[in-house]
Amino acid sequence: MYEKDGEKYFIVDSHSHFWDASRENWKPGAEQYAKGWIDCFYGYHQLGPPETHWDYEKYLKVTPEDFERDMFIEGHVDYAIFQSTYLKEWYTNGFNTVDQNAQLLERFGDRLIVNGRFDPRDGDEGLKQLEADVAKYHLKGVKLYTAEWNGDSRGYKLSDPEAYRFLQAAQDLGIKNIHVHKGPTIWPLDKDAFDVADVDHAATDFPDLNFIVEHVGLPRIEDFCFMAVQEPNVYAGLSVVIGGLMHARPKFFAKVMGELMFWVGEDKMLFGGDYNIWTPKWQIEGFVDWQMPDEDQFSDYSKLTTATKKKILGLNAAKLYDIPVPPELQLPTTADEPAAPGQELVDNTAGPRA
Amino acid sequence: MNLRPAVWAALATVLDPELDEPITELDFVETCTVSPDGVASVVLRLPTFFCAPNFSWLMVADAYDAVSAVPGVTRADVKLADHHAAAEINGGVAAQAGFVEAFSGQAVAELDELRKQFFRKAALAGQDRVAQPLVDAGAGPEDLAATTLGQLDPSPELDRMRKRRAALGLPHGDDAPLLIDAEGNAIPPEAVPLHLRRARLQRVGIETNGAYCKDLLKARYSHPATRTS
Repeated sequence: MYEKDGEKYFIVDSHSHFWDASRENWKPGAEQYAKGWIDCFYGYHQLGPPETHWDYEKYLKVTPEDFERDMFIEGHVDYAIFQSTYLKEWYTNGFNTVDQNAQLLERFGDRLIVNGRFDPRDGDEGLKQLEADVAKYHLKGVKLYTAEWNGDSRGYKLSDPEAYRFLQAAQDLGIKNIHVHKGPTIWPLDKDAFDVADVDHAATDFPDLNFIVEHVGLPRIEDFCFMAVQEPNVYAGLSVVIGGLMHARPKFFAKVMGELMFWVGEDKMLFGGDYNIWTPKWQIEGFVDWQMPDEDQFSDYSKLTTATKKKILGLNAAKLYDIPVPPELQLPTTADEPAAPGQELVDNTAGPRA
Repeated sequence: MNLRPAVWAALATVLDPELDEPITELDFVETCTVSPDGVASVVLRLPTFFCAPNFSWLMVADAYDAVSAVPGVTRADVKLADHHAAAEINGGVAAQAGFVEAFSGQAVAELDELRKQFFRKAALAGQDRVAQPLVDAGAGPEDLAATTLGQLDPSPELDRMRKRRAALGLPHGDDAPLLIDAEGNAIPPEAVPLHLRRARLQRVGIETNGAYCKDLLKARYSHPATRTS
């Protein structure tokens, strides 16, 4: 919980990690890729305020004590949701596996939610694994990487029949939230992995599932917005938006927030701090203090209210994940409800300008 | 004769296809030298070790073509530094192989369609850049829907938008409407407000991405621990 100027904010960090990029974990023969990967992350880290920058060696691997301090003690976070990233070709024990995350679950289980994964190309075996993971971790969400190679396959679409089989199974098992990574891919090399058309189809055909597009499709935020405006169950994951832009590029941050407020709306935006690319403390404090600038170039964009910030920082995600919120911190949000899509936008009739 | 200015000017015609900005302005050219016998040596660098190989390929190949075409240049040696696919890209471009051949087994499609996709985005973003001053001056949907390119004051933004449209085979002459959809049809007045919203979102998307890339490049080449060369 974060309190400022008499207002209390319930914080859910919907996108965080607990990775091991230590040199001991760089797979022999693949060191340059392991280093290249974490160096990319370290580049993003530099986009935060200078006083939050860490030494490179510390950045490679944090301890459970670091995690507890940065997230829960100093970081204001009430609940954190873990996403997994395997990368076992480069990291001997994996970069950020469910099992690694689960270690922390033992210590902070009352404040941590671990998301699982599936890959429709794994067939019946994959379905069995998903059932086992749900039984073990009580999954409410999964994170999917549609552009991953798997055997001879060069990726899949959420609209494939096999994917529908898994989505149906996930729904039957009680999973509600499908986080989809639409972003840079490394292999296959010629593939454009940002296409969100498949999310559009799946979201229409599975109206009871929520689809959270991580990083709001950056660098293709326009494709995401054009799609999300038509689908009531598509959400904007703000990981990388606040961390990468709010300090480094305040004007672009304002424009991106303005566009998201217009196309997606404040009930469908979820804060994600992306630990430990960045720590949540400065992001949450900065966002609570932030407001759309008064200059002319931002005049079409709506201002953020205190209620807007409360919903984005935690109440929307709490609703998607059935996280109990103390009554004095609660506000109504249409998150997780079949809200009407922006029909006036789809019909080409809206827009305050001109 | 000092060929370096001509080689630099040639590099300035090479775009990052996704950001729609010249590689010279993005600070992607690490070094550029020309030997007395006309061998132009260019080293390119990118914001991260894992920048998408397809975009990276386009930039190295375009730089190779542009520099090779400079009169007086006897040979172009264009290399990408500090990148996970540098060996394949540098070798493939030097051998004048296609993308698919250079990445045998890892790619099945050439990149023309990808390039076009980004021209389409640039052509839409350009409509916001060109129309915004008119909107600020009070032009309404009827005025904007009736505006043709020939009625506009000359500007670099207008030239740039015309070039992107020309590359796509979309209307770009003086009689072409300022506002068009992806197929080249004029936008009717009632659809102008939302069309402009879309154009602005497209511009915000491209320019935000550009800001990100510039910041990451700066971070990468100013921090000793992540300097991999």
